[in-house]
Amino acid sequence: MERSSGYIITFAAVVCLVCGVFVSGAAVSLKDRQDQNAVLDKQKKVLIVGGLIDPNSETSPEEIERLFKTNITAKIIDLKTGQIYDKISSDGFEQEKYTKDPTTSIEAPARNAAGAKRLPKHALIYERQKNGKLDRLILPVNGKGLWGPLYGYFALASDTNTVKGIIFYKHQETPGLGGEIENPNWMSLWPGKKAFAMTKDGGLGKPKIEVNKGPSKDGDEYGIDGLSGATITSRGVTGMLQFWLGDNGFGPYLAQVRKGQ
Amino acid sequence: MASKQKEALIDPLFNDNPISLQVLGICSALAVTTKLETSVVMSAAVIAVLTLSNLAISLMRNLIPASIRIIVQLTVIASLVIITDQVLKAFMYEISKQLSVFVGLIITNCIIMGRAEAYAMQNGPGMSIIDGLGNGLGYSIVLLFVGFFRELFGSGKIYGVTVLGDWYQPNGLMVLAPGAFFLIGIFIWMNRVWKPDQIEAE
Amino acid sequence: MQETLSLAVKAMFVENMALAYFLGMCSFLAVSKKVDTAIGLGAAVIFVLGVTCPLNNLMYNYILREGALSWTGVESLATMDLSFLNFLALIGTIAASVQIVEMTLDKYAPALYSALGIFLPLIAVNCAILGASLFMVERDYSFSESAVFGLGSGVGWALAVIALAAIREKMRYSNVPGPLRGLGITFIVTGLMAIGFMAFAGISL
Repeated sequence: MERSSGYIITFAAVVCLVCGVFVSGAAVSLKDRQDQNAVLDKQKKVLIVGGLIDPNSETSPEEIERLFKTNITAKIIDLKTGQIYDKISSDGFEQEKYTKDPTTSIEAPARNAAGAKRLPKHALIYERQKNGKLDRLILPVNGKGLWGPLYGYFALASDTNTVKGIIFYKHQETPGLGGEIENPNWMSLWPGKKAFAMTKDGGLGKPKIEVNKGPSKDGDEYGIDGLSGATITSRGVTGMLQFWLGDNGFGPYLAQVRKGQ
Repeated sequence: MASKQKEALIDPLFNDNPISLQVLGICSALAVTTKLETSVVMSAAVIAVLTLSNLAISLMRNLIPASIRIIVQLTVIASLVIITDQVLKAFMYEISKQLSVFVGLIITNCIIMGRAEAYAMQNGPGMSIIDGLGNGLGYSIVLLFVGFFRELFGSGKIYGVTVLGDWYQPNGLMVLAPGAFFLIGIFIWMNRVWKPDQIEAE
Repeated sequence: MQETLSLAVKAMFVENMALAYFLGMCSFLAVSKKVDTAIGLGAAVIFVLGVTCPLNNLMYNYILREGALSWTGVESLATMDLSFLNFLALIGTIAASVQIVEMTLDKYAPALYSALGIFLPLIAVNCAILGASLFMVERDYSFSESAVFGLGSGVGWALAVIALAAIREKMRYSNVPGPLRGLGITFIVTGLMAIGFMAFAGISL
């Protein structure tokens, strides 16, 4: 069937218009809910690694919000000096966007262990208070897995050395292999391990924690069992922690925390 | 139900399965079948998009100018997929994270394009809906089959619940790409042993 | 330079569109009966991927992403986030560029056109093309990176399809069990090829 050009153009325009209305309608009306989901998901991960909720149980959104508000304090820190930086509000602070923006980030050292291209100048960290005292620090960490970036939170006790837990909120690893970084059994291996090597005078030295290849030896304070079939993911997790706990990452901040005690 | 409708619904399950016979829609299918849960969600999403796109295209079939047919079909399909994606993000956040780009790839899932072109362009809305449902179900059967075995042998679980205990050493190959290929090959094999008329001539 | 090279090798082998991500499978299986046709389709895919990936990159960065419209200078546009239109816009570019490529070839390179002719429309619905654009968006590639990535994944896909076609041509002499003949054995062979390509996985360059 031959149609006139006018008809074809009108038809195309009408189709675009109708589809446009539907798509924009759905996007706009669902946007709030989606944003809320994203925020809740992160808060939930923070609470899990903060030891406030059990990863296997269902927690209602209201409960998550309440627990988060009463137990967790968000702080922006200056990565270079390790000082609290209060010129930026922690509300609505999006770490990932902030890391990408060239005005708020610096170039990362070449070939760093976390595979990062840019480093933020400031970072959003969380503190969990318990009975009015600092119980643990929850630090955002990211690294490089097999298929793409790994994003997660790493929790340290107030002595800045004892590991309290780790959790990943975004990754693209193969489910069943590298994806096992989300496995609660594997995550439960972390609490109690030590993050830093001891120096001769009893202070804390370089980050030493690592994910082994295969099972770790008995009594190994620094080693976590590797994930079978996921050597590269395991290596990525090690690199990520070595970097973020080091001098280019949260090292200066952790030093400040130690000094304050 | 009249026999014609029944045929349109049942035929795509085993006799004219979109994946094992028509070779359509394999791309987005394989990547999401490492777990049963994502397979189920993906199946539901494809059935929804396929049925609705068949309906929409069928309603417009006499109005679409032939020269811009493909791009109009793609636009309709893409809009439906975006809406599906938005709904998933709003109501099933965890799963939408796992499906990531593959929801978007429903657009280029050849089943949807193929059925729109081959069926909905020639048939009325009622029959097109049934055809969409039937083909969607045929696609889902393969997806669920593959998802079930990949999760069972790959991680010893079914629908996230561990069924093979500690004694079972998960077979890592199953969750990787090749596992899916082998399983679909086996599915086709079984299907054709059962329905020998589908065997390809040498 | 080194970065570019490593990205290209990665797109070709380590993250092969067909064998690591299952993309473009439908035409991969359907058009791999003969080496000649496989080469034709492979060339068409390389071409279209090399064109659409950078084009979509420009569109995403200057129209769709949050804050992308700030170059217009209009304040109300500057904060607009149109990324929910991603799929629609990406597939639109792809369908349109396939059409344009088809018309240009017809006019200026009729020999190439008649060789690729029937494959070009097929490509609009080849998931490898849309997949590459979506990966490009998700991984935040720059313009030059996206061009390299597009070409690299095209070459990788073409290599895979040609290799599969060669295997299938040889397989005609094998005695495959009846029900497995054709599509069934092709899946199994593809699985074996994927295992081979997995040897590249995780190589960081």
